[in-house]
Amino acid sequence: MALAMVNVTASVLDWVSSAFDAPTRAVVFGVPIDGHLVVEALLVVVILFQLTRKSYKPPKKPLTEKEIDELCDDWVPEPLTPQITEDMMYEPPTLESAAGPHAIVNGKEVVNFASANYLGLVGNEKITDSCVGALEKYGVGSCGPRGFYGTIDVHLDCEQKIAKFLGTPDSILYSYGISTIFSVIPAFCKKGDIIVADEGVHWAVQNGLYLSRSTVVYFKHNDMKSLENKLEEVTRRSKHPEKVRRYIVVEAIYQNSGQIAPLDEIVRLKEKYRFRIILDESHSFGVLGSSGRGLADHCGVPVEKIDIITAGMGNALATDGGFCTGSVRVVDHQRLSSSGYVFSASLPPYLASAAIAAVDYLEENPSVLSKLRTNIATFFYELSDVPGLVLASHILSPIVFLKLKKSTGTGKTDMDLLDSIAKQVLEEDSVLIATTKRSSLDKCKLPIGLRFFVSASHSESDLLKAAASLKRVAALVIS
Amino acid sequence: MVRSPYFTTLTTLLSYRILFLFGHLRDLFEKLLDWSKLNNLQGYAPICFGYEDFYTRRLHLRIQDCFERPIASAPDAWFDVVERYSNDNNKTLCRTEKTTKCLNLGSYNYLGFAAADEYCSTPRVIRSLKQYSVSTCSARVDGGTTKLHVELEDLIARFVGKPAAILFGMGYATNSAIIPALIGKGGLIISDSLNHNSIVNGARGSGATIRVFQHNNASHLEEVLREQIAYGQPHMYRPWNKIIVIIEGIYSMEGEFCKLPEIIAVCKKYKAYTYLDEAHSIGAVGRTGRGVCEQLGVDTADVDIMMGTLTKSFGSCGGYIAASKEIIQYLKQTCPAHLYATSMSPPAVQQAISSMKVILGEDGTNRGAKKLTQIRENSNFFRSELQKMGFEVLGDKDSPIMPIMLYNIAKIPAFSRECLSQNLAIVTIAFPYTPLLLARARICISAAHTREDLIKALEVISKVGDLVGIKYFPVEHLTLDKVKTSTK
Repeated sequence: MALAMVNVTASVLDWVSSAFDAPTRAVVFGVPIDGHLVVEALLVVVILFQLTRKSYKPPKKPLTEKEIDELCDDWVPEPLTPQITEDMMYEPPTLESAAGPHAIVNGKEVVNFASANYLGLVGNEKITDSCVGALEKYGVGSCGPRGFYGTIDVHLDCEQKIAKFLGTPDSILYSYGISTIFSVIPAFCKKGDIIVADEGVHWAVQNGLYLSRSTVVYFKHNDMKSLENKLEEVTRRSKHPEKVRRYIVVEAIYQNSGQIAPLDEIVRLKEKYRFRIILDESHSFGVLGSSGRGLADHCGVPVEKIDIITAGMGNALATDGGFCTGSVRVVDHQRLSSSGYVFSASLPPYLASAAIAAVDYLEENPSVLSKLRTNIATFFYELSDVPGLVLASHILSPIVFLKLKKSTGTGKTDMDLLDSIAKQVLEEDSVLIATTKRSSLDKCKLPIGLRFFVSASHSESDLLKAAASLKRVAALVIS
Repeated sequence: MVRSPYFTTLTTLLSYRILFLFGHLRDLFEKLLDWSKLNNLQGYAPICFGYEDFYTRRLHLRIQDCFERPIASAPDAWFDVVERYSNDNNKTLCRTEKTTKCLNLGSYNYLGFAAADEYCSTPRVIRSLKQYSVSTCSARVDGGTTKLHVELEDLIARFVGKPAAILFGMGYATNSAIIPALIGKGGLIISDSLNHNSIVNGARGSGATIRVFQHNNASHLEEVLREQIAYGQPHMYRPWNKIIVIIEGIYSMEGEFCKLPEIIAVCKKYKAYTYLDEAHSIGAVGRTGRGVCEQLGVDTADVDIMMGTLTKSFGSCGGYIAASKEIIQYLKQTCPAHLYATSMSPPAVQQAISSMKVILGEDGTNRGAKKLTQIRENSNFFRSELQKMGFEVLGDKDSPIMPIMLYNIAKIPAFSRECLSQNLAIVTIAFPYTPLLLARARICISAAHTREDLIKALEVISKVGDLVGIKYFPVEHLTLDKVKTSTK
């Protein structure tokens, strides 16, 4: 047996060595094929075979039910809201009367600079009478969205009145001030569109820009050079200008800083680069312009050049809700595709009739605008030398905005300082003012400060009292 | 979920095809004949490209007169519908001075507080109007909080059964502004597939990942939760920060309640937070009007956040959130609608306070209890009668919303116009509020409807239903005359 094995092995070895040493059998293309070339060819085949095999990966197993159970048991969610700290327990002052130029807070009469009651229409007799009539006829709520029997004839009258007042073909009413702009923007701007917006726009505009899923480019606050650069950049990058909708979004009077947008310059740029304008006139409607028709009137720009104008009516018109106006195409498009209009209950009819009465009042008494302007100018002059604070708003803006000359270090300490000023001014001198509040969701980076909403119904003594009080308290607190 | 019969689906699809064909033909002719008009945009992109608004232009415009009908009186049980006419095939509709008195089956007026009420609007609301004026022109944190707002927030918290509440001026904005404040990137929102547009917008605006579970299906919700917790965030495989499940009390297009006990049990097991939107159910269901928790026997402490609106059952406007004191205090600091938006109009606040007091019985009468029994009886009577007549009616028992299936798009204007000519105002709903093939007419019952009103409505609906052909189910033998004699 062993001998046979040895014989077999020897014969195999002989065969292999003879294969190696075999003399040349064939000549192919001048290359003699030796025996060892066969072995080398075999090796190449083996190498190629190995290269084509996939590398080893352990097979992917989905999680078993037991493993999922374990993971679910182990998972611990964060609490729904973070821990409440001491400074979060702030409660705002409670009014016990109407928010006119003088209001009652905690039993004391205060001078009220925290209400955007620019034309002094809070408490106006005619408006109250028209509301009483509307309440007796229609009740309070409208009990339905506009598409399903929530359209009341006062809504249609109000829309026509506003359109006629502004000189535009048509307008559309919304039931809440801030939801106007964040419903209008997604109705017109979709994914793939380009929007160039001011970096100081308020939260509702930012939310609308986010919901629209368009590409948003911000330019420096109220800086026309920066706007032109951004427009140039965007136009250069976009390949098919006729296929992409492009918008510029600005506010007439910025809530966060009191600046006024230079509309004539913006219209010139818009026509040069073929953009459409969305203008939010919440704080300028009923304030700017010789007849209160807003920024277009003030800058001498024909209102047809502005494509979409939106405004909240909770400021100069002293009611609630908002409107949007523009060409017939713009307004009709919103009736079916603006979510805040279609999916929400309509404006209560008494608020619409209050808006009609307010616009009537403005048309009949344009002198209230000059009274407002005088008040703002007086106040501006009085506040030009407050220790530690500097005026940052435009001289025509009814929102008089003061920011700290020097920041104390962090946003939080600034906020605390301003809150303590406001608190002292209220408690010691009975003047109610507002500080800028920033939500954690707000992305605006502009400095915070104190805001005074000047009204046409403030008397000169009110303005002087407020200015004197602020100067005294600021000198004490900012030392 | 509704499943339509085979034959009906085929005919509906066929009718859509025909309408689309005609629409495309019209577009083609418009392009050929008016090509000069279309090219004068001067380098601006058009507001809607190509087929983006095809449905609006070619289909919706044909039946535009069925929607946005103006009224000239309070949206009570009977109201005046303004007549409109059109000279250019429904493209523009012009108002006339004439009105028709119609029975109102479309407004969200569940407890009948819509019109001037002797307790609510005259005198209390008018008194608060004279005291606080129409609006405060200020945000809640600046100078817009009045005593009325504080009173209403306490009352809502007491009514709903939670420790604290916060008030907003608009129901839609409540959802859109609150959900981003509660959850952000790294969180997960699981929402019912038929949730309202305001919830969808709020969820999108928050930046969290959104997953959808099958409508009212607690076992599918459990599957989704298990999968999401086990696998974590996509790409990063980190665990989720928190998970919020959003559901509604009554779904306004189906009329059915959510399966609250099962869903709450699932959420508790997997430590997810629950957000319940009771826009339609608060004040309208439940023995004392406390909403769907009372109706289905769920403890309000098990739901983390309860949202609701004051528009439907209370005849006012606005929305609220009720939750624990910590959550409410946190929301008062961060929620943009509280910090930036004008506070709710004081007369509307007073209306909500008065109507809530009536429901609670704190006005000294039992009108609230009577209204609640009335709406329950009305809903159950109406639904059972419609079902006996052979209509396909959706919705649960005790729910005041009843959709009647129409399916075919041409039946929408037929049903709507025919009912209006018989002085019955009905709401018909088409795409995009419902799926394309499931058009329906929706009836909202009110406590202000009397039995005679309902019987008249049933007669008209039966006649029009025969004409239009929507009695998809076999008719029971009990006829309407027997009902009239039995209720006398």
